[in-house]
Amino acid sequence: MKQFTSNPFYKFILFPIGQIIVFALGASLVLSLFTVLLAYIFRGFMTEFDLVERVLLILPQVVINGLTIGFVYSTIALGYTMVYGVLEFINFSHSEIFMVGGIVGVELMAYFDHTGALQTMNQYVIIALAILLGMVISGSLAVTVERVAYKPLRGAPRLVPLISAIGMSFFLQDAVRLILSLTTGEFNVILPNFGTFDEFLILAVPGIATPLRFQIKSILLVGVTVIMLVGLNYLVNGTKVGKAIRAVAQDRPSASLMGINVNMIISITFLIGGALGGAAGVLFALKATKLDPFVGFFPGLKAFTAAVLGGIGNLTGALLGGLILGLLESFSASYLSTFTNGAFGAEYKDIFAFAVLILVLILRPSGLLGQTVGQKA
Amino acid sequence: MNKRLLALLSVLVLASMVLAACGQPPAATEAPVVTEAPVATEAPTEAPVVSMGTIKIATQSPLSGGQSLLGVAIKQGAELALEQLGGELAAMGYDVQLAPYDDQATPDVGVANAKNIVADSEILCGVGHLNSGVMIPSSEEYHTAGLAFISPANTNPVVTTRGYLEVNRVVGRDDVQAPAAEEYAFSTLGAKSVYIIHDKTAYGQGVAEFFRVAAEEDAITVVDFVGTEETANFDAIVTPLVAAAPDVVFFAGIYNQAGVFFKQAREAGYEGTFLGTDGMDSSDLADLAGDALTSGGGMAYTTVAGPVSAYPAAATFATDYTAKFGAAPEAYAAQAYDAMGICLASIKAAAEAAGGTPTRAQVAEAIRAISYEGLTSTIAFDEIGDLPLAKYFIIKVNATSKDTWGSNEIIASFDLASPGK
Repeated sequence: MKQFTSNPFYKFILFPIGQIIVFALGASLVLSLFTVLLAYIFRGFMTEFDLVERVLLILPQVVINGLTIGFVYSTIALGYTMVYGVLEFINFSHSEIFMVGGIVGVELMAYFDHTGALQTMNQYVIIALAILLGMVISGSLAVTVERVAYKPLRGAPRLVPLISAIGMSFFLQDAVRLILSLTTGEFNVILPNFGTFDEFLILAVPGIATPLRFQIKSILLVGVTVIMLVGLNYLVNGTKVGKAIRAVAQDRPSASLMGINVNMIISITFLIGGALGGAAGVLFALKATKLDPFVGFFPGLKAFTAAVLGGIGNLTGALLGGLILGLLESFSASYLSTFTNGAFGAEYKDIFAFAVLILVLILRPSGLLGQTVGQKA
Repeated sequence: MNKRLLALLSVLVLASMVLAACGQPPAATEAPVVTEAPVATEAPTEAPVVSMGTIKIATQSPLSGGQSLLGVAIKQGAELALEQLGGELAAMGYDVQLAPYDDQATPDVGVANAKNIVADSEILCGVGHLNSGVMIPSSEEYHTAGLAFISPANTNPVVTTRGYLEVNRVVGRDDVQAPAAEEYAFSTLGAKSVYIIHDKTAYGQGVAEFFRVAAEEDAITVVDFVGTEETANFDAIVTPLVAAAPDVVFFAGIYNQAGVFFKQAREAGYEGTFLGTDGMDSSDLADLAGDALTSGGGMAYTTVAGPVSAYPAAATFATDYTAKFGAAPEAYAAQAYDAMGICLASIKAAAEAAGGTPTRAQVAEAIRAISYEGLTSTIAFDEIGDLPLAKYFIIKVNATSKDTWGSNEIIASFDLASPGK
């Protein structure tokens, strides 16, 4: 058994993928069961239609939607949680790193569209290029932001870099707005139409009336994020750099005394977090089809919440938190109106989702997978 | 530590000096351009005209951002009107200038601009806004300052029902427009169920409520009534919508949000008809939604500002506009042209009556008294600033891209009376 667990294939491929599947299925199952249970309880109050039937009708699709957006949240949340782990501060400009990645990716595709390559090249090559470019630009932007706005403040009280991060966030939003609107005054970027990403994979499951519909871009989104999560897991737990990152996170002065170049490690952390955010941005753009410089705010805020929910500083926690938040949002948006008979529409989804979060945090203040650690000096 | 503080201070001082140095030259060069140059150039060429000073007419509309296509059209329509119709005031010795402001389709920006506008005593009249949600709070400022504004696009009833002397509009109202859309859904499309979604703005929610009331009167089932500020990922809203499969989805909002929503709803398998109001009237909608507008049950919208081709008097306007700005006029450009024309004519009338530069109050009174032969119709305002009889159109979308937007067809157009206060 020991031999098996130390096998790198198991440790770095099977185990993380298994973990992701368990989290995704587990969270979906718990929420689905809870919703169906609620439907049975309130069935008697609804005279016009069968509540249970109506809930079950769209349940598979609601789960798929929730997981899709959940994986986006997870990927962004990793950027927050990694930086927090190393520096103990909330990098509020991360949502803008995410936005920049998405806009860079869309602009690349728009460029291909302009040159005509978009229709002739393989669609997956285009997406891969866009993701790569988004990762490179966002990663280097994150490193630059750290050097310019956070590093000079490293010894300062905790709130100071936080304010700097908020300022950086506004700066990046309006800088991008300025750059995009230089020529036309229009700062929305629209994804050009290409490939077969809008099509659906239809899967008929025996026992369920409506067949499951997986949109190709949703599958792509989940697939790419899973690959990135596995890669990140290997990087952090399987390489020397990862060991150094963990060492800096645990005790910065000691790590420095052991000969680890702390500044370098912090830069690498921002690079990885930024690159993940950039990739998530491109995938999100594929789904959203239209981006503007302010599009990062809400996903960023949600991902930050996801990181806190999972236990900030904990990588696995960010993954779990993102999935749960995505599912909660999808469930509440799709079912609030059904359960309240139209009194509360989808616009109250965030209030509901955050109410659940508050409950979780009351019961587990350090997050689902977080450990209660004493305040570090 | 002290040394660092000193260094920081000196850097700050240096920076402020540089900034001050940068800040001064534009101010110094700008001043003569604005106030002196026109007088200096005008005096020698038109010798007999005595210079009476400067009059500015403001425009406020979104010039940047997702709704800028329509906002810029408003500004450009007004600009063209000033150029073509400003001659009479210039002959009286006034230097008439346009003062364009960008409200970014945001209420607080609009109100902040409004404060700047009313503070500029040379501004005697204004054209704006695009969004009712921006117009309503901004017009409180105009009302307090007594500055007349003419709206080329705002349809929310509250814009005029407050009864302000200073607020007028050259278009119809949502409490007529939304029932007209509902009538189309009920009679022409034969809809039995409708899903209503709005953008949570004064305009969107207002239209949605009027539509709901009308739908309930006709016993159309309202499947759901949802407000959302989401602009990117509509999955969670679309899933129950597709399951409920209503005959009509009524979107009360602006095209930049609606386009993405339509596309995602179609992708998810919705087959019915999309219906909207005048906020949909932009060629950008076709760029965002593409095939989603024509597949399934298609898409139609009501509007208070038909395409320029619907107005016989506007043919020259369309060619002039295209020649000047290099693009065909979007919705509201002709309305903005008329609003500016009314501003100019009223200022002239007030100036003649007053025998000199009129006050803002005199201009506001003159606007209410005017009967103006415009591009869109003969315009005269009732006691709250509405058109007694306004034009409404129902337009079916045939376009799937920006370039083919002109292929949309007018299914019906009617003149309907304003419900008044």
